[in-house]
Amino acid sequence: MDITSLIIAFVKISVVLGGIMTAAAYFVLLERRVAAWVQDRRGPNRVGLPLTKIRLFGLGQPLADGAKMILKEEYTPAHVDRRLFVLAPIIIMSAALAVYAAIPFGSSLPPIPQLGINEPINLVIAPQLDVGMIYVFALSSIAVYGVILGGWASNNKYSFLGGLRSSAQMIAYELPLGLGLLGVILATGSLRLDAIVGQQADSVWFALAQPLGFVVFVVAAFAEAGRLPFDLPECEQELIGGYHTEYSGMKLVLFLTAEFIHMITASFLIVILFLGGWHFPGITGGSETEITWLLAALRIGVLLAKVFCVIFFFMLVRWSWPRFRFDQLMTLAWKIMLPLGVVNLISVAFITEFQHPSYFGGRFADASPTTTLIVCAAGWVVAIVSWIVVASLSPLVTDNRPRLDLDVYGVDSQLEP
Amino acid sequence: MKANDKRIDWVEEPKLGLAGRMYLPLILGGLTTTSKHLVSPKVTVSYPDQEPEIGNPLIYRGVHRLNKDEQGRVKCVACFLCATACPAHCIDIIGVESPWPDREKYPESFVIDELRCIFCGMCEEACPVDAIELTSLYNLTGRSREEMIFDKEKLLSVYDATKDKEPMKSTQLGGTV
Repeated sequence: MDITSLIIAFVKISVVLGGIMTAAAYFVLLERRVAAWVQDRRGPNRVGLPLTKIRLFGLGQPLADGAKMILKEEYTPAHVDRRLFVLAPIIIMSAALAVYAAIPFGSSLPPIPQLGINEPINLVIAPQLDVGMIYVFALSSIAVYGVILGGWASNNKYSFLGGLRSSAQMIAYELPLGLGLLGVILATGSLRLDAIVGQQADSVWFALAQPLGFVVFVVAAFAEAGRLPFDLPECEQELIGGYHTEYSGMKLVLFLTAEFIHMITASFLIVILFLGGWHFPGITGGSETEITWLLAALRIGVLLAKVFCVIFFFMLVRWSWPRFRFDQLMTLAWKIMLPLGVVNLISVAFITEFQHPSYFGGRFADASPTTTLIVCAAGWVVAIVSWIVVASLSPLVTDNRPRLDLDVYGVDSQLEP
Repeated sequence: MKANDKRIDWVEEPKLGLAGRMYLPLILGGLTTTSKHLVSPKVTVSYPDQEPEIGNPLIYRGVHRLNKDEQGRVKCVACFLCATACPAHCIDIIGVESPWPDREKYPESFVIDELRCIFCGMCEEACPVDAIELTSLYNLTGRSREEMIFDKEKLLSVYDATKDKEPMKSTQLGGTV
């Protein structure tokens, strides 16, 4: 590794880290504004440039929030396990940020011969990472340790319940998440995120080809990010914040920021795996197109715009649907999402197999419009049929009252009839 | 009590149709509601930039004022009914012999502690001559406790400041002039 590529890597790391942290701060503001708009309020729109009267639609709010949180007293209760208590926010934050080593934030930049860079620069910190997807998922699973450790170390009933719920929920939703992902990997034949995007640029977005996998992945991604309607680990009404009840000051900021970064990561993954990444039909070219500065900028813009839209959807969903009950959450994971994921995987396996040149005389081996259309149609038929079947077999249980036909639930049976 | 007790009126939930089991009405309904509210007009009043609308000034209970009669004299006759009615004991009156022939007493000093006042409006109801009234001035602020103790001159000046916008309530509410 020569000095130039080292410098490039450092530049990319600082751009990504700075960008993600700033984006997280501003997405907190956006979240508050969207929440206010949905509730017919205006939201924080007063704080602008410091020491002036310029308001800038409240864009100074993240700065003010940050200053406030840093100046807050950082209180550690006497009853906590001190080492784990400090460790938990560090783990969750570093795991959340380390994921971005493998997540591309554009396709690539053209070479700059004036600076001695003779090859295109890949816009990902660890370029050509062959186990990109495995790395991302391994790290996002480690983030659960932060939540569980935080809940455990806090030595508090609410935090502990939050941590327990979180572990159960994360384990339950890892499976559908992985199954949704496997369909994409099977259709691409690669674990590299840039290869997955290139495949979509050359044929069709996976959200259209595998709608079932898309739905399963999005639902599981919501659950993994701990967003409503799956925010049981930290629901304010029952658990007063769950695993971060005992945290304050900078440690709390680390937890909250890590949660937002999880959401941004989930949005990046949804966009890259299913919504075509940097590809937009007609303006960004295919995977083999020669890269120019304009094209590079367009691709970055398209990718970030898509991520922004998905995050906006995340925020809208938060106010659209009520939180699930815990048994409903588990039913959804094990009885609905898991079978749907398996069905999606099998159907993708079949479709991919029949695209092999040895079937039908290789008629469906290329990425012609007819093939793409047939693949999409098959995906949609499988999605609709399996959704109907699963929905009729295991409906969401809403009635949790004692059952009339069982006498064991008679609680005050010693009372006079 | 058992679950099959006769006294329990057991209501069964309505069965979901196929669409309901597929979560479709829930998903669409939720998203439609939030999207509608996202763009609907906001109810927030941006206060310092925008004055809130006072519903009915006749029944609004803001800062007090002491009314004057046609000759510019204070209407109050120092009967102490308002001070007696006041649940917060924030009205302090010193009544002396009146210099005018049409009444026996008048207030030499009339002090309301606006910080103790709970703005219940009982003084206004108690007053037999409609001298004390609550205006619709809602943004009462001060920099010290002393500033918030309103004496007779200040209460009369509130009347001068608000008489054009809010004429005496008693006539509009069917009382004496």
